[in-house]
Amino acid sequence: MKRLTWLLNLLVLAALVLAACAPATPAATPTAAPSGEITLGLVLSTLNNPFFVTLRDGAQKAADAAGVKLIVVDAQDDSAKMTAGIEDLINKKVSALLINPTDSDAVVPAIQKANAAGIPVFTVDRGANGGEVVSHIASDNVAGGRMAAEFLCKAIGGKGNVVELQGIAGTSAARDRGQGFNEYMSQNCKEAKIVAQQTADFNRDKGLKVFENILQAQPEIAGVFAHNDEMVLGAIQAAEAAGRTGIVFVGFDAIDDAVQAVKEGKLAATVAQQPALMGQLAVETAVKYLKGQKVEAYIPVPLSLVTKETVK
Amino acid sequence: MNRSSNHAPQWGEFLRRNSTYVILLAIVLGFAVLAPEFLTVNNLLTVALQSTLVALAAIGMTLAIITGGIDLSVGSVAALSGALAAGLATRGGLGTYPGLLIGLMAGAGIGLLNAAMIVWGRIPPFVATLASMAIARGLTLVYTQGRPIAGLDRAFTFWGSESLLGVPMPVWVLLVVAVLVHLLLSQTALGLHIYAIGGGEETTRLAGVNVGVVKFCVYVISGATAALSGLILTARLWSAQPNIGVGLELDAIAAAVLGGSSLAGGVGGIPGTLAGAFIIGVLSNGLNLLEVPSYNQQVIKGLVFILAVMLDYFIKQRRAVRSGRVPSTG
Repeated sequence: MKRLTWLLNLLVLAALVLAACAPATPAATPTAAPSGEITLGLVLSTLNNPFFVTLRDGAQKAADAAGVKLIVVDAQDDSAKMTAGIEDLINKKVSALLINPTDSDAVVPAIQKANAAGIPVFTVDRGANGGEVVSHIASDNVAGGRMAAEFLCKAIGGKGNVVELQGIAGTSAARDRGQGFNEYMSQNCKEAKIVAQQTADFNRDKGLKVFENILQAQPEIAGVFAHNDEMVLGAIQAAEAAGRTGIVFVGFDAIDDAVQAVKEGKLAATVAQQPALMGQLAVETAVKYLKGQKVEAYIPVPLSLVTKETVK
Repeated sequence: MNRSSNHAPQWGEFLRRNSTYVILLAIVLGFAVLAPEFLTVNNLLTVALQSTLVALAAIGMTLAIITGGIDLSVGSVAALSGALAAGLATRGGLGTYPGLLIGLMAGAGIGLLNAAMIVWGRIPPFVATLASMAIARGLTLVYTQGRPIAGLDRAFTFWGSESLLGVPMPVWVLLVVAVLVHLLLSQTALGLHIYAIGGGEETTRLAGVNVGVVKFCVYVISGATAALSGLILTARLWSAQPNIGVGLELDAIAAAVLGGSSLAGGVGGIPGTLAGAFIIGVLSNGLNLLEVPSYNQQVIKGLVFILAVMLDYFIKQRRAVRSGRVPSTG
């Protein structure tokens, strides 16, 4: 009978060894053999969100195309796991780290560890508040705001009253999207008048309430731009409840509800980020840097407009 | 008295008593062979550092489990303590050490609340600590408004990011706490009573032990070790994150159970729990070094856990049958 225990011990060991190598072999080398020169570590805040899964796929494709190896670590939205994952990749001596921080502050000590180990760091989508970062690869929110303004201006025929629903004051998304929007409107859409600019904190409920008040104050509204889809969807609800029609609504982020609203014709357009392109640019930038070329400190990732014509 | 052990080889009994360490050793050897980066001093220190968070919470958890209870609040307590300490130390203007002390006391305070619900309210530990898990997480979100608190000074981050004699500070803290709690369990009357309650609460009461006081001690210690885990994580991240420690209770329970604690109570110990926490830490680190995709990692961790527990249960059952006792079904 004692043999049984011994056997079980052996079984555990065997299972472990098998389990540990079995999934690694097919996943690590999916396509072309890597050059063996460059190994990139990509640490993502989560792989439980389609945005980041798409980002990873884009990065993997670019890595395969460039013939470099890509190791992906998922932090499961946990700053402790992110730090541990970065430490593991430092010990593995990867050539460069592409980090999509769970939090801009919490990632700083881990980035400094990478700096101390001489491993170049690139941040993706969300930036870091410290440590040495070669480049930051993220959506160009200023261009996105401009894109929204251009569409809105055309849709309202270049004139009329326009409302801007702003995101949480002080966030980079609200600042950049607003900047791009206002720049375009003041320079290229001079006959339109921005009659109200209020913050609704990126929140649907607040978007509804804020827009209710604006509807009271403004009998004539031609178009609305909101810094995100949640606020614009709230505003659409408010307009429907008040029986106001003919307003052109433009949102930002292309969340599922907003894409549905575009299909239904309630929302004229929403600006979409391109996560696959973001992953691709991150890998390409890192490879370029490792091959000795100069790279910019900020790599803007272009956005795309989702309208009734382009929606899938 | 035990005939079958007379003609069995000595190492059989050794394995039986030390199955956790055997599993840990097997995993370490496996990774050492498969990943060339694994068995370096640097990486082993990294593993030790990464294991401290679970290990600290698991030490308190072990006490609760030995009494036949459980403490589901440890993850939320870690977050609350970290947030309070960071908040009071920075924007509260109290300075680092008063902040750390209050953070630690907050953890002990939640432990006190747990014990009060369990001892005076007669609420089962699972339910009571499930409630305080929600309360502590909620308080953390109320206090932080859901945002991280950064701007910690060097004295604070020292406890998470610096080393003494080449060993990271969190590992030193873990060592001290582990030794203290181990001595408490193995050398004091309180330790004896903790095991006794797990073996049979009513019998212990009839033997004249104040069961309530013992339970108060257990849950306050568990709250305090969870708080330490949160403080160290905060120091490690240079900021308090309101969402840290989610799922920490599960890792802590897993560490204790891997370490030989029985959820039925009465069995368990700190060295085993430490080995259990290291199994979890080594697995995470090694699987990352082996480039195993994260989805697969979770499956592997689950499988290792269940295999280890099955092995442990098998051993306990064998032992019980051989000594003529009916195995516990808890």
